[in-house]
Amino acid sequence: MAEKVLKGIAASDGIAIAKAYMLVDPDLSFEKTTVSDVDAEIKKLHDAFDASKAELQVIKDKATESLGAEEAEVFEAHITILSDPEMLGQIEGKIKDDKVNAEEALKEVTDTFISMFEAMTDNAYMQERAGDIRDVTKRVMSHLLGVTLPSPALIDSEVIVVAHDLTPSDTAQLDRKFVKGFITDIGGRTSHSAIMSRTLEIPAVVGSETATTEIKEGTTVILDGINGEALVAPTDAEISDYQQKAKNFAAQKAEWEKLKNEATVSKDGKHFELASNIGTPDDMDGVLDAGSEAVGLFRSEFLYMNSAELPDEDTQFEAYKKVVEGMKGKPVIVRTMDIGGDKHLPYLPLPDEMNPFLGYRAIRISLDRDDIFRTQLRALLRASHYGQLRIMFPMIATLDEFRQAKAIFEEEKAKLVKAGTPVADDIKLGIMIEIPAAAILADQFAKEVDFFSIGTNDLIQYSFAADRGNERVSYLYQPYNPSLLRLIKHVIDAAHANGRIAGMCGEVAGDQVAVPLLMGLGLDEFSMSSTSVLKTRSLMKTIDTKEMAKLADKALNECVTNEEVKELVEKNVFNK
Amino acid sequence: MEKKDFHVIADTGIHARPATLLVQSASKFNSEITLQYQDKSVNLKSIMGVMSLGVGKDADVTISAEGADEADAIAALADTMKKEGLSE
Repeated sequence: MAEKVLKGIAASDGIAIAKAYMLVDPDLSFEKTTVSDVDAEIKKLHDAFDASKAELQVIKDKATESLGAEEAEVFEAHITILSDPEMLGQIEGKIKDDKVNAEEALKEVTDTFISMFEAMTDNAYMQERAGDIRDVTKRVMSHLLGVTLPSPALIDSEVIVVAHDLTPSDTAQLDRKFVKGFITDIGGRTSHSAIMSRTLEIPAVVGSETATTEIKEGTTVILDGINGEALVAPTDAEISDYQQKAKNFAAQKAEWEKLKNEATVSKDGKHFELASNIGTPDDMDGVLDAGSEAVGLFRSEFLYMNSAELPDEDTQFEAYKKVVEGMKGKPVIVRTMDIGGDKHLPYLPLPDEMNPFLGYRAIRISLDRDDIFRTQLRALLRASHYGQLRIMFPMIATLDEFRQAKAIFEEEKAKLVKAGTPVADDIKLGIMIEIPAAAILADQFAKEVDFFSIGTNDLIQYSFAADRGNERVSYLYQPYNPSLLRLIKHVIDAAHANGRIAGMCGEVAGDQVAVPLLMGLGLDEFSMSSTSVLKTRSLMKTIDTKEMAKLADKALNECVTNEEVKELVEKNVFNK
Repeated sequence: MEKKDFHVIADTGIHARPATLLVQSASKFNSEITLQYQDKSVNLKSIMGVMSLGVGKDADVTISAEGADEADAIAALADTMKKEGLSE
């Protein structure tokens, strides 16, 4: 038996077996001491600075390769801080004058700089620089103390990454050649790390709670992303068992591969549109590999999050154009900037709020800061000339909001047309259905809105009044609860009554239990991670929509709980 | 000693990227180079010094260099200021 078996949430399919790489900050505490050999202490300091610079150079080169030069600039800034003669001089001075150890001198001097920058309250940008100094100090301190400060960019052998959580910049630096999978303490199926694992197509388990305390650096780990488990220090028998499982999984995937160029049709011949969710133009490879019929959700906020400043019109235009052209005339739905909630931009400070998910976010920011919104709309309008682009507004609660957004869109369109810029004249405008108020009024929205896309992660969070990032209330993530299904049915019916398309772009759209029900309810478009597309197409081929319509009726009107619906589908669809 | 005055026109002032480039450019010279803004002056080879000045748009700053390569240093820095859109 393995030493331990950790359970978590299955975030991304697949099985990996490799040694653990702990992406965890080491203990950087130290004692303040008095030194007698000042020269030796200064030499130790210089060595730590040199080693840190060399390490940052490696990280910077890797980041340039994987993220682009602009993203890597932050590491160049770190190197410049380490080359600062004033800072080094002051630390040396402390060692000489106060006879303190290098660790203490480093801490005292950098603390002064950090508080100086943090005190610049009128300049958010400078305040952020305090974070840079902190990062750099951590690295130098680790060298002074002789411990390793891990970095995703420094990984150069096959590993399973173990972390408390993975930030967007961590995941962006993960090299798929070496990182075979990852496991985190926190997070759920819809957290950033989980979404990224599916984009990267590596197995992942999130929300294990104890991975960073139970796993030690270099221990062999079997990561089972299908069942959400990790076996720590497994036996040889377990390893060969899982190698077989990995083979079976690969064979299953190869089977799905064959469906790549096929249309998505149910057993009784009804066509559905299977689409991909993407974050950046780089995700297009996955879209094409999966044979997706559309991009159902282009999360444009990633363009903003992966940038050091507001991306200008041309930068955005190039990104949208690349995706639209890549789809060769198939639909691409771009969601306008969805910032706020748990997504922040360093250069666009948002007020601290008690309830950020209920606060200033998404379309609410866009309508308030219409300078940012207009830039994005112009870029989208220009890109519309190169294929079939559709625009979707996030977090719409009222028809007024949609009308305002549409009016701004029309103004920018008229300006571009007047200037002779080629623009498609039939751009469809849709909304995300993620706020219950909009879902309930869908019949009225459908008269003015070209299409709906149901965003289940937020719709569930708002319907059940349960923060999706709070593990204590995670039991309220109930995608099959009849209350939610009734809301969804209402939205689909409202769309169809007005000749509109109803789609879905949340996690539920690729959920194997929900898909048959949604087919029964008549959902037109299913948009999901590219990695789920072929698996879903394979499932859809086995489903009879007329049977499912009856089953959905039962689920909505006879079942009372999430569990009952799940059992109903499992009994009637999967264990027939 | 060589000196040159600049009027900062960039909207964001001298923030991280141009500051980094200025410091890198200054560090190539042996001369002592300082950046003066209002009543404070800092070592232009020190990124922390430069950023701590918090130079914003429309600020008037002076760069001075003292040493064997002072003239070249000022010319190079004026070039960087212009290239980075910091001043005209």
